[in-house]
Amino acid sequence: MSLDITRINPYFEDVMPQEYIDLEKNGSFGSEKRLGDLGAFKELLEEHPMCAGCHLALAFRVLVSSLPRPEDSILVGSTGCSSLAFTQLALHNIHSLFGNQNAVASGLKRALKLRFPNKVKDVIVMAGDGATADIGLDMTLHSWFRGENITTVMFDNELYANTGGQESGMSMCGAVLNMAPTGKKFQKIRVHELAISAGCAYVAVVSTAKPKNISECFKKAILIAREVGPTYIQIFTPCPTNLKIKPSDSKKVAAERFKGDYAFKEHITDEAREYLTSIKDAVKKEALETEAVLVSEDKEIPLEGG
Amino acid sequence: MPANELKEVSTEYMLFEAKREEQFITGSEAVREAVRRANIDVAIAYPITPQSESMHLVGDLYAEGYVKEYFRGENEFAVMSEITGAAMAGVRTFTATCGPGTLRAFENFPMWSGARLPIVMGFMTRAINAPLSIQPDTIEMSFLLDTGMMMMHAEAAQDLYDMLLMSFDIVEQTSVHIPMGVFVDGFFVTHTRQKINIVTEDVKLRPYNPGLSPVPHIDMETPPFRLMRDPFVMKSNYISYAAHASWQQEVMASAQRAKKYIKKYMGSFIEQENPDASIQIVASGTAVSQAREAIRMLKAEGIDAGLVKVKVIRPFPADEIKAVLSGAEKIIIPEFNRVGWLCREVASVIPNNDRILPGPRVYGGMTMPPEVIIQVVKEGALVGV
Ligand SMILES: Cc1ncc(C[n+]2csc(CCOP(=O)(O)OP(=O)(O)O)c2C)c(N)n1
Ligand SMILES: [Mg+2]
Repeated sequence: MSLDITRINPYFEDVMPQEYIDLEKNGSFGSEKRLGDLGAFKELLEEHPMCAGCHLALAFRVLVSSLPRPEDSILVGSTGCSSLAFTQLALHNIHSLFGNQNAVASGLKRALKLRFPNKVKDVIVMAGDGATADIGLDMTLHSWFRGENITTVMFDNELYANTGGQESGMSMCGAVLNMAPTGKKFQKIRVHELAISAGCAYVAVVSTAKPKNISECFKKAILIAREVGPTYIQIFTPCPTNLKIKPSDSKKVAAERFKGDYAFKEHITDEAREYLTSIKDAVKKEALETEAVLVSEDKEIPLEGG
Repeated sequence: MPANELKEVSTEYMLFEAKREEQFITGSEAVREAVRRANIDVAIAYPITPQSESMHLVGDLYAEGYVKEYFRGENEFAVMSEITGAAMAGVRTFTATCGPGTLRAFENFPMWSGARLPIVMGFMTRAINAPLSIQPDTIEMSFLLDTGMMMMHAEAAQDLYDMLLMSFDIVEQTSVHIPMGVFVDGFFVTHTRQKINIVTEDVKLRPYNPGLSPVPHIDMETPPFRLMRDPFVMKSNYISYAAHASWQQEVMASAQRAKKYIKKYMGSFIEQENPDASIQIVASGTAVSQAREAIRMLKAEGIDAGLVKVKVIRPFPADEIKAVLSGAEKIIIPEFNRVGWLCREVASVIPNNDRILPGPRVYGGMTMPPEVIIQVVKEGALVGV
């Protein structure tokens, strides 16, 4: 547990930026947040330079607010629009090259296991569709084949947003985009299916149409990645700038696609399901035990008083 | 002695005091012996001839417990990125590749320098496609000259062994913390047996100390928690340009600051034999051995020639080379590559560089008989080239 690094030396409080103090005093370190708490605590991602109506930014905000243990979470990003948000993130994170995110995360996770054998360090990759499914696809898949204990998140805006709206492997067939002047000639890559066959223990296809669902699936993905194996979350995050729609219409696009081809999909292996049940049971058991202790302590109080 | 019972010692002790014994082993085995005592946390491998055997042997060390983590990555670009992640997490890493593998991985090397990663890596040089050839050729060194990495060039297995062992402490200095490539000519050194002095005492290098890094590690243990490795400076404004420029200057300065540590362990960047001769042969790698033989043969004919062995290519020992060549009338630079990168480097730092005679350059796997060096010494060029 690295809560210590989130604490400010009291002698330095007067020189620390207010937002850093807020992150310590009213942030999510040391206390798991629910999506419903948004607005009532200091978030790990703020003041990013993303466009108005950017659903990648919305998804990013939902994700980092849903981290089960932000104080032990390390993010690995890639080049693309999301990397502009990463610079604003109040967590250790890496950007090294375009497309190598799952390889960097693999080395990082293994090294952290060596350095901190008795701690859980959640390593989470968050990258665009181009980074995950095109230039970095080999490394995405191989990290899954190897069974790395990492979570991979794809922000799927179905194009290369950062470089000006070019076709990606995740673009829809027929989409007319830069570098696809007569329309894309092949189907959207079925990365979620590849994830299942590559051995991911948990796979979810979600959408900004349902932020709460993103949050719940992401939490499960992180827990499962700790003990069972790699997990994958694919999020539909429409890009109004490159779709050339009004920022306020991203929501409509997400909602329509959610009703159609971008509906919720979830896959969980038996092992992962059993693991989740076992944690729930453990939490319940712990709660019961705490209750029992409280009850017995209650009983002792009058004795002591007497 | 089991791996976990090796006593931790300083690099000075390892290089200058630890008991050594002469062994008759290959260059690849010399890599294994260096790595055995280097206290490596994470090693990642990908096959390519003539490097593969070195990393097989590192794999054996993992199986025996000398290396803590080891696996085969999916390609060289991925391997170098996996090494990146491990190094950023604050552990000591090792890998090796060559030729096409070096080029496949290329984007990582300047990134390593810019990210101030203290990575030591072996390059068992080979030719580059097309046409495909697995044969020795040092052309990849030419491509790596300006990546910000430091570079050493081993003449033989003894150099390779010592250079690897000394490199960890050099790159891990707080004021240095940039990568080091240790280069060795593939096959000529990796696949031949040579007598070399190996440490036999039950010792290993002290572990990497993440606390001495000039840049924070990514582990959520090191404050501040608001930390990106490495943040962008791509805005269109002068502050951004200046940040990028000064960062690069800092990488170059790191290599300059490494000089005193290189000197401490290596003694000198170059070695000179017969400094008064008016003919000087400047070489690195196995070309040095060929030059030595040529000088011996020339001497038998009554022609006096000297030798300048260049051990460190980056940071380039410009002043030293300029000084030792000040009295030379003819300078010959034999190389195992087409482009003559060492020749260019030397020509760029000495006055009156028309003293340099071209070549001989052999490539594509050719050997360099001393006779071809002698021919250049005598006739100013290779006949028919
Ligand atoms: C090796 C390399 N090739 C190309 C680029 C240019 N590039 C930067 S971001 C990007 C597209 C990113 O697309 P995606 O991963 O979908 O992220 P998005 O911007 O859409 O969020 C490209 C092609 C680069 N930085 N590096
Ligand atoms: Mg995209």
